[in-house]
Amino acid sequence: MLELFFLQSNPASTVAKAVNDSSNYFPIGIQILFAVGFVAVMMVLTHLLGPKRPTAQKLENFESGIEIHGNARQPMAVKYFLVAILFVLFDVEVIFFYPYAVNFKELGWSGFVAVLMFVGFFLCGFYYIIKKGALTWED
Amino acid sequence: MEITQILFWFLSVLAVFGALMMVTSKNPVYSVLWLIVVFFAISGHYILLNAQFLAIVNIIVYAGAIMVLFLFVIMLMNLNAETEPQKNKWLKIAGVVAGCSLMLVFVAALRQSDELLKAPVSMGGETGLIKTLGKTLFTDYVLPFEISSVLFLSAMVGAVVIGKKGD
Repeated sequence: MLELFFLQSNPASTVAKAVNDSSNYFPIGIQILFAVGFVAVMMVLTHLLGPKRPTAQKLENFESGIEIHGNARQPMAVKYFLVAILFVLFDVEVIFFYPYAVNFKELGWSGFVAVLMFVGFFLCGFYYIIKKGALTWED
Repeated sequence: MEITQILFWFLSVLAVFGALMMVTSKNPVYSVLWLIVVFFAISGHYILLNAQFLAIVNIIVYAGAIMVLFLFVIMLMNLNAETEPQKNKWLKIAGVVAGCSLMLVFVAALRQSDELLKAPVSMGGETGLIKTLGKTLFTDYVLPFEISSVLFLSAMVGAVVIGKKGD
């Protein structure tokens, strides 16, 4: 039953196999494994091997030598959130460029017009954001 | 066992474990970190299904951008331990009822999967590749694509209107 879902092991799709297969992601998997493993091993090793002689001064949070005052868990300004939401929207816009870039020549002018309209709508939104002053930090 | 199956079971266990840890951890920042683990596991599933575009989008948009939003939401709230809101008893009961209803829907959907498996629609292994997806998106589905940009425009206007209350 599982073979049905793993399309890359489907013998009918031998054409795509040569170029774009899931097995191409094997080096990326190895790299992620190595990166995570390296960080984990280093953290565990320093924890086990390093000497620990804690004093009250050493356990204090380091704030560039200035004495700590107040609480770090203050509610933040809503301005950050606005910038983050706008970032997500433009991030999604960029996502749509990848499939267009891969098919750039085949789609020709019709695809170009479609993408131009898409970007045009986004530019309208961008103009609105700039005019409203949503990205100006100082009120 | 084939290596694909080993990967499948590993990623499934990782996703379910991450989801459980996300729901049960007390610290909301830990919840967000576990949610990132879940997203990466699901991206691995997408790659196993040869839906490479979805895998990359899942990492860029969800693990990259939506997670930033979640962290900002957490930082917007007051996170001191003494101001932890007390959960209402009725709210808990409502949550249990809602969760059970969702479970019911999932079970009902899974019960039909046997009939669907009898007539599988196999479109080969290249359905989820970026090239195929782009060709379909920009020829057959141009209109929904343009309408989605209007949706983004409205989202932008909404965010500015709500976030910029002063003027």
